[in-house]
Amino acid sequence: MSPEMIRLLAGATGETLLMVAISAGIGTLFGLPLGVFLATSGKGELFAAPWANRVLGVIVNATRSTPFIILVVAIIPFTRLIAGTSIGTNAAIVPLTVAATPFIARLIEGAIREVDQGLIEAARAFGASPLQIVLKVLIPEALPSIVLGLTLAVVSLIGFSAMVGAVGGGGLGDLGIRYGYQRFMPEMMLAVVVVLIVLVQALQSLGDVFARRLNKRIRHA
Amino acid sequence: MNAPLGYLNDSSLQRLIPAEAIVRLESVSKVYPGRHGAPVSALDGIDLAVPQGSVLGVIGRSGAGKSTLIRLVNGLEKPTSGRVVVDGADISALPEKALRHARRSIGMIFQHFNLLSSRTAAENIALPLEVAGYDKAVITARVDELLSLVGLSDKRNRYPSELSGGQKQRVGIARALATKPKVLLSDEATSALDPETTRSILDLLSRINAELGLTILLITHEMAVIRSIAKEVAVIDGGRIVEKGDVFDVFTRPQHTVTRSFLADEPGRALPPYVAERLRPEATPNSQAVVRIGFRGPHATDPVLARLARDLNIETNILAGSVDEIAGRPCGTLVIGVPEVSLDKTLAFLTHYGLDTEVLGHVA
Repeated sequence: MSPEMIRLLAGATGETLLMVAISAGIGTLFGLPLGVFLATSGKGELFAAPWANRVLGVIVNATRSTPFIILVVAIIPFTRLIAGTSIGTNAAIVPLTVAATPFIARLIEGAIREVDQGLIEAARAFGASPLQIVLKVLIPEALPSIVLGLTLAVVSLIGFSAMVGAVGGGGLGDLGIRYGYQRFMPEMMLAVVVVLIVLVQALQSLGDVFARRLNKRIRHA
Repeated sequence: MNAPLGYLNDSSLQRLIPAEAIVRLESVSKVYPGRHGAPVSALDGIDLAVPQGSVLGVIGRSGAGKSTLIRLVNGLEKPTSGRVVVDGADISALPEKALRHARRSIGMIFQHFNLLSSRTAAENIALPLEVAGYDKAVITARVDELLSLVGLSDKRNRYPSELSGGQKQRVGIARALATKPKVLLSDEATSALDPETTRSILDLLSRINAELGLTILLITHEMAVIRSIAKEVAVIDGGRIVEKGDVFDVFTRPQHTVTRSFLADEPGRALPPYVAERLRPEATPNSQAVVRIGFRGPHATDPVLARLARDLNIETNILAGSVDEIAGRPCGTLVIGVPEVSLDKTLAFLTHYGLDTEVLGHVA
């Protein structure tokens, strides 16, 4: 591999990590409260608001069922509004975040719903308010599952980020397509795939270790 | 907030209320909307008073409504009609915020402990105090005190997954006592524990009742729990209280068939299989009547059968029996076989000596 290739590869990896980190970060910022709300606003639940729950549920499902590549193109006006442009790494962060938020919200909802209902009952019995129940019971108890969910989201976002290459988003996917495929450089394609595999592997292991640390339900030797 | 509160706080009027019931359910009914059409009635016209400092056990089969009943006391459930008054406050009418505050004086423990797996024993006990907004220093001191009360000072930094069932329930009890409640609600607290652990948890609850003067309302489906801890018992069936009273009275003179069925497995009440199998409702010429004799109090030690043989020359067969102590008072049951011809004389004799009798049937 030439130094030029390594330079390109390093730059693309940096772009991918940046896109994924920022979209996952903002996605969590919005997805966490949204997920908690989805998990606690059903009929008879802590913040019972069945209609809002249903409406948000439909919006989340609609976003999640739109193929990512279509979403990218469909929200170009919105992307321009936020990032000032529709081309480049910064612009790519907008559709990635839009896709990440409902995905993360559903993962968080699932994690919160796994928490034993008995704990909510116990917390209500000793006088906790709904907000205290969320902050002191539901989120801490769901944390190991939340961490695993976020790991899954980050890994999926790495895959999504390869697609934004199609609209000039940069990153590893873009590099692979432009050099590896369009310029007939199979070694570049291979290098991109290897970097992606290593990246995903490393992030998944990190997430697993972190989640296991947090999980006190299993005994640690 | 409402008128009764003011009346109860007036000390001159307080003396007019006969029994100082800290928990009172007044003609409480609870109806759940049915899944398909017809509403389901869980509780129907419940009247129950738990005197200050007592231990009242509510026993019932699953689905009898006891779970709903205990949840009405801390407002986890709202009655469809009727009033629930705890320590002078009408729990059923309190707005949410005042209710949360009132719940700090009503502790609750659960069958499955309901401890946070992400918190250590000490942190679990601290949780109600954090929620109530106490200072860190106050919390630390109180948690230490509670850990030693339940005998878990050496397990303070253990997570629930590292504790046994009995230890988890001790943490549950400490957590329930954290905010110094006046009433403790126990929801089948020993049903998931083995007999020995059950014993030690019930001992702990008895001690807390005696030493802290805490009123305990417990629900259970086990008569053994009632007999070892409760002073008063209410039997609930089909959403109604079918029998209530002093534990000794209910155990020795059960009135309702449901109560009898709960007592059927109690020592001395179960007939040996060879008798039970041959028991018939009707007498036949050669049969013997099977009579259960209940001893209460000092008669428990009287040699009644010897007198029966000596004075009336009636020979009896002893089929089953036990001598026991319930709520600190001696009592016993004896099941005997009596020749049909002597049955009436025997019953009259036993009644004369103040013993309870019940003809269970006849064996050929």
